[in-house]
Amino acid sequence: MNLEKVMDIKNFSFTYAGAEKPSLKKINLPVYEKKVTALIGPSGCGKSTLLRSLNRIHDLYPGNRYEGEILLKNQKTKEMENIFNYKKENELINLRQRVGMIFQKPTPFPMSIYDNIAYGLRLQGKKDKKELDERVEAALKGAALWDEVKERLKDDARGLSGGQQQRLCIARAIAVEPEVLLMDEPTSALDPISTVAIEELVTKLKDKVTIVIVTHNMQQASRISDFTAYMYLGELIEFGTTEQIFLNPKKKNTADYISGKFG
Amino acid sequence: MRLVINKIVLFLSTLAALMGLMFLFWILITLTLKGINALNIHIFTNDLVNNGLRNLLIGQFILAFLAVIIGVPIGMIAGIYLQEYSFDNKYAAFIRNLSDVMMSAPSIVIGTFIYAIVVMPFGHMSGWAGALALAVMMIPIIVRTTDDMLGLVPRELREAGIAIGAPKYKVIFDIILKAAKVGIMTGFLLAFARIIGETAPLLFTSGNNEYFTLDLNREFPSLTVAIYNLSTMPDKNLVDIAWAGAFLLTLFVLVINLLGRYIVKEKKR
Repeated sequence: MNLEKVMDIKNFSFTYAGAEKPSLKKINLPVYEKKVTALIGPSGCGKSTLLRSLNRIHDLYPGNRYEGEILLKNQKTKEMENIFNYKKENELINLRQRVGMIFQKPTPFPMSIYDNIAYGLRLQGKKDKKELDERVEAALKGAALWDEVKERLKDDARGLSGGQQQRLCIARAIAVEPEVLLMDEPTSALDPISTVAIEELVTKLKDKVTIVIVTHNMQQASRISDFTAYMYLGELIEFGTTEQIFLNPKKKNTADYISGKFG
Repeated sequence: MRLVINKIVLFLSTLAALMGLMFLFWILITLTLKGINALNIHIFTNDLVNNGLRNLLIGQFILAFLAVIIGVPIGMIAGIYLQEYSFDNKYAAFIRNLSDVMMSAPSIVIGTFIYAIVVMPFGHMSGWAGALALAVMMIPIIVRTTDDMLGLVPRELREAGIAIGAPKYKVIFDIILKAAKVGIMTGFLLAFARIIGETAPLLFTSGNNEYFTLDLNREFPSLTVAIYNLSTMPDKNLVDIAWAGAFLLTLFVLVINLLGRYIVKEKKR
């Protein structure tokens, strides 16, 4: 396998505002390009906190502290840049356009289906109607939603079903062509059929984009991911190919969690 | 024994409720009867100087709309600060408490305040002073509704906006305000209903004017102050005009309140 790192987390610790002890302790984790990396572990282990550090969404709230480095490959120079060196708002905006995010609950904006997708594109300064139309269609097709909504692009996006809303959010995120897509338990609020649709989508999307997914569902991790990181109490216990983690875990703690002894 | 006490309490509370309702209907019925009797087309086409209400109705609306134009932006921006930018710091708690106190401040106090800071320095009453007094009454209501309604918008929606690469101010104006639109609009309507019927803040800020005017630098006509003045007149004709004015005002406040409630209901559905 020819593996290129697109992100690299080095000695990373994170402390929430007002907390004394860090929620993440000295995490080291590579993220390989065009692969799906799953973060698993029991509730409160810090997997969502880690995911939310990768696009610095924690910066929305004052007082959170980062230590260590998270590197992101610059697509032009092919060099790894530390995302904590970004200080200006437009650098952070740029980071978030390169590292997109999908949330646990679907988050359609209060506007039409079309405008939901076009919103991120317009933020990038695209105004040409024809180009927008094409990009919206491509994004909706990419998220396997086009056939269901092509007749009602002007309808309010909040009228879609939960599963459709989540695919709309994925379409919105991939429309701006991110390099990495972060998914925070994207199927935990959905029914089984919608879950299958999202999982198929993830597998399809990894040709184009690197995906990091947090999941509570170990079957899901084993079905869709190439690499798995197991976390426990703010520490990374074990990282490896999904096959190795699930069939041949090296640490006892990992084996216990995978076999359902706790969690 | 308990059964007896239960019956007595039930009887007393029903009686109390009936008493309250009785007075309410008494007021409404008197108002409607006397008001409708005094209503005629003459009232809508003539100014107070000719025993009509035209200049008063128009004046009242101009004052109220000016108050909205002054009060809504200030109140909304303060509400946005509280919910989106303050992160519940000590100033936020102070401003919230202050708004709550201001909301229940007696309106005559606000009138006196504007008298002291606007009317006294300029040396005369004016439409501007009246509109300002109404705006001051409105601001705390707008602050709190904006604050509360924005607070109901889920945190994920803000994060989703930021995560797509939008600057924070765009997330607030394009996404969060739209999501909270219905609630905020309802707040505006209720605040408007609150100030449209106020007399005390206008009594010695905008004063009264018998003639039609659009000049806000002069004393300005308003329905509420006119009702107050006319009702104490010895002339029966003038008192009847006051009844008609009071009826129209009540009708109007009722309609706005119903509209506000209807919107809230629609939203919940």
